[in-house]
Amino acid sequence: MSLEQTTPYVAHHFDDAEQQHDASSLGMWVFLVTEVMFFGGLFTTYVVYRTAYPEAFHGASHELNVTIGFFNTLVLLTSSLTMALSVHAAQVSKRGMLVVNLFLTMVLGNVFLGVKAYEYWHKWHEHLIPGPHFVYHGADPVHAQLFFSLYFAMTGLHALHMIVGEVLLGILLLRAAQGMFNKYYYTPVEMSGLYWHFVDLVWIFLFPLLYLIGRH
Amino acid sequence: MAAPAIDTTLAPRSEAPVKPRKTYLNADYSVSSWLLTVDHKRIAILYLVSILVFFFLGGLFAAGVRLELLTPKGDLLQADTYNKFFTMHGIIMVFFFLVPSIPATLGNFLVPMMIGARDLAFPRVNLLSWYIFILGGAFTLVAVVGGGVDTGWTFYTPYSTTYSTSNVMPAAIGIFITGFSSILTGLNFIVTIHRMRAPGLTWFRLPLFIWAHYATSLIFVLGTPVIAITIFLVGLERGLHIGIFDPALGGDPVLFQHLFWFYSHPAVYIMILPGMGVVSEIITCFARKPIFGYSFIALSSVAIAVLGFVVWGHHLFTSSQSVYAALIFSVLSYVVAIPSAVKVFNWIATLYRGAISFEAPMLYALGFIGLFTIGGLTGLFVAAVGFDLHVHDTYFVVAHFHYIMVGGAVLAFLGGLHFWWPKMFGRMYPEAWAKVAAIIVFIGFNLTFFPQFILGYLGMPRRYHAYPDEFQVLNVLSTAGASILAVGYLMPFCYLLWSLKYGALAPANPWQASGLEWLTPSPPPTENFAETPIVTEDPYHYGTDDDAEAVHVA
Amino acid sequence: MRAYDFPLFPEQASTMAPQVDYLYFFLIAVSLFFCLIIAGTLIGFSIKFRRTPTNRIGHRIHGSTLLEVAWSIIPFGITMVIFFWGAWLFFAQARPPDNAHEVFVVGKQWMWKLQHMEGRREINELHVPVGQSVRLTMTSEDVIHSFYVPAFRTKFDVLPGRYTTAWFNATKPGEYHLFCAEYCGTQHAGMIGKVVVMEPAAFQNWLSEPPPIVSMVENVAAPSSGGAPLSPVAAGEALFTQKACLTCHQPQGGALGPSLVNVYGSTVKLADGSTVTADDAYIRESILNSASKIVAGFQPVMPTFQGQLTEEQVMQLIQYIKSLKTTPPAGQAQNPPAAADSAS
Repeated sequence: MSLEQTTPYVAHHFDDAEQQHDASSLGMWVFLVTEVMFFGGLFTTYVVYRTAYPEAFHGASHELNVTIGFFNTLVLLTSSLTMALSVHAAQVSKRGMLVVNLFLTMVLGNVFLGVKAYEYWHKWHEHLIPGPHFVYHGADPVHAQLFFSLYFAMTGLHALHMIVGEVLLGILLLRAAQGMFNKYYYTPVEMSGLYWHFVDLVWIFLFPLLYLIGRH
Repeated sequence: MAAPAIDTTLAPRSEAPVKPRKTYLNADYSVSSWLLTVDHKRIAILYLVSILVFFFLGGLFAAGVRLELLTPKGDLLQADTYNKFFTMHGIIMVFFFLVPSIPATLGNFLVPMMIGARDLAFPRVNLLSWYIFILGGAFTLVAVVGGGVDTGWTFYTPYSTTYSTSNVMPAAIGIFITGFSSILTGLNFIVTIHRMRAPGLTWFRLPLFIWAHYATSLIFVLGTPVIAITIFLVGLERGLHIGIFDPALGGDPVLFQHLFWFYSHPAVYIMILPGMGVVSEIITCFARKPIFGYSFIALSSVAIAVLGFVVWGHHLFTSSQSVYAALIFSVLSYVVAIPSAVKVFNWIATLYRGAISFEAPMLYALGFIGLFTIGGLTGLFVAAVGFDLHVHDTYFVVAHFHYIMVGGAVLAFLGGLHFWWPKMFGRMYPEAWAKVAAIIVFIGFNLTFFPQFILGYLGMPRRYHAYPDEFQVLNVLSTAGASILAVGYLMPFCYLLWSLKYGALAPANPWQASGLEWLTPSPPPTENFAETPIVTEDPYHYGTDDDAEAVHVA
Repeated sequence: MRAYDFPLFPEQASTMAPQVDYLYFFLIAVSLFFCLIIAGTLIGFSIKFRRTPTNRIGHRIHGSTLLEVAWSIIPFGITMVIFFWGAWLFFAQARPPDNAHEVFVVGKQWMWKLQHMEGRREINELHVPVGQSVRLTMTSEDVIHSFYVPAFRTKFDVLPGRYTTAWFNATKPGEYHLFCAEYCGTQHAGMIGKVVVMEPAAFQNWLSEPPPIVSMVENVAAPSSGGAPLSPVAAGEALFTQKACLTCHQPQGGALGPSLVNVYGSTVKLADGSTVTADDAYIRESILNSASKIVAGFQPVMPTFQGQLTEEQVMQLIQYIKSLKTTPPAGQAQNPPAAADSAS
């Protein structure tokens, strides 16, 4: 979106800063709608197969580590808090607070990705990566493999979105350190914040759907 | 001049482009000024050139298909080659010509101008969308050059994920990438139409072209992500052999069809809605009348966009979805037919008591109404479940959707291109040639595709390179029609190019048309409007004394 | 070569064909009606209201809500007639009659393999009697195909991994095209054949005569039948023994697996408390992927047969299981009545 608009000036084709900000904001929301539809296709696929093969999905879900998943959920929720604090800091022109919170958000995001990588490594070790080398000893391995296909597709796409978010945060951090954001111009921080919250929200759906099914 | 009252200093009527004036075309001649432009008008031209390249490439494949079908035996093309030809024809025409055709060219050029804006809301995103389009196109061309794809443009699983040995991956990646150019274009249009309208330009004063593009953009942003994720899953299954859709791996191939058509049926409306917008502009201008039933046409566009999302299952009547699902999709398909019918009736009513002239754009618009009517009526045939069991996957369906996509979308594209050509390039096209070409296209089109209805009811399945002898006569007719159609396509290509250098200089408003875009000089300056216009009246301000004067002068 | 003999209308050779054609004629009439109205007014207005020196400006007419309502409601009413007509036809085509002659169809790249209930096999040809309903149970070994006989106006997709059905009742002896309508790869256009409609007596003769060649048949150990083709039930029975299914699925129950007597069509209670109707799809899934639905009271110990049975063999097993009734049909010598309840 308008992330590259580093100057507080109004671009030539806008009438004023308010119109520019409104346009960026609406643009970001429309973009998030497309993201909802993008993940929506995956969620639909998941729901269809889970309804068809509930036993296999329950069994396969038990192969996931709930503790690790829960820890990652906490990490991500905390990062949403620091992101919200970043936006607030930009709005009240507190450069130090902005830099610190952006940095914390980045760190938490990296912790999440690191834990995710560990989980993937673990699954690889247990031969739970779908494909020719898939080994599964529970009931209905064919459809358990389907569960793992969806697990990797969904968490993988989510992780990809996290990585994009990390890059955005990195750019923001550099520019924030240079003092580019203040109460007159904070649109990029706000828009990146919307994106980050959306990515968190996707995880809030993924966690129970993948980790918690069949557990009471 | 029949335009909303504005500050007239910005476009003096007497202006004739005698001496070089700064326009968006001559602002800078360097290559980088084109490749790095953020001017929506230049990006429209970049898109125009790109999609025309794809159109002629897709046309070449169509020519191969039609030539093979001259004889019942598979003699000109081997089975494998033929399958690749119709697949490449479909992929290129759908994803790289029809979907971007009007929105990315005429839409990019005109949406800001029609609403009195200096550019789209996100000019750099607009340029990015073109580069994404080119990148996706490059992948698809790699698939073509590397030996082609043979899955059909529909990529049905498990054939596409497990059995096909052709270049499915590059083609799928190309379509995946290109989807994002559609998404960005749609996003840009939505934000622009919401936030950048000139003062006084309320929603119900918007030209119908804008309403049509708004509805189209809704489909772009809601539908395209779904085809993206679907193609992504196909790529996963094919590339990594993990089970998603292949029943041998526990998947469900029909789920793919549901996801695919959730986008690909609304995609038909992506192709036709902008064309409907073009036709509304042209008919009012050449009938010198306000549009009949403005709000009904405007809202029917939105209704089509919304309802279009709930009819995808009518592509699966024979695919073993439940009987009741089939019936629901059937009845919804009839519901979505009504807003389209309403548009046709309103266009006809607009002609009533008009003062109609028949320049080339008007011929295309009238041809559009006729062909779209036939396409729509045959849609009623295939939406009847019990009937569709017979004609599904036959040439009946092929004829039906070509009447919509070619008879509708392509004729509207050509009509719009002629109508706004003077505005885009500052030159008039040769009228006599254009009229002849329009008539040739109309005749050639009908001769090509009408016999296919009969072939389909006779039972000739689609995607057959060899067929029983009794189908030959109709196939020969169809191929003969296709060669006439090809002449009709090549003629505008030649005379429009010719007109860029030799055409008469175009005045600001050659058609005495209403609409903000005609208030600027032809071609417009980079900033479109020196001063933001202020709109005080409804669109299509035809039929007044002022209008009479304008026509008299013309 | 009959290059100059070109029909404009397909042959009617089934009870369904005239029904579909009536709807076709109605649809053509509706289309002609609207085309005449639209083309007529379009051309009429174009001539009457063309621009002339005296007619230079259009009248400022903005619309009429009455007209808008009229031309929304009336076409909608007409489309609803079409909808109900089409739905009625669809119901008729979706429900095969009970006493139909059964044929099993397996599609594969790029041929049709068919077997009659009585045992006779065919490839790319289907012989059927005139005047009797024929029910097709279809599946695919690889990609999606579609079984299409234009003269019968019938078509249904043939999918891998599941069963679909179609039926027709031929009304005219003769030979008709059989096409694959769903694109299935390189030789899609070669996946064609013919349906031969015969007089009932001739058909019965044909059915009992030995086939010219036995090919493409994954023949199981053929007991005693001296070359005559096995019926699907008999072939399934042989398979049932050969694959040692009988070890666990004993008729009287009490073994590792449930008894299969009377199981077909019954409601089966599963380990997770849900129930399922034992139809073709359920039995197929239980054979190929036994762990996906475990019958209540049993352990998931059955090996999967995915990849070890052809689609035809699975169909034969299903037909055999279907034949296991407490009153055994003629030809089923063994299988004394057993407590069917032990399965559920």
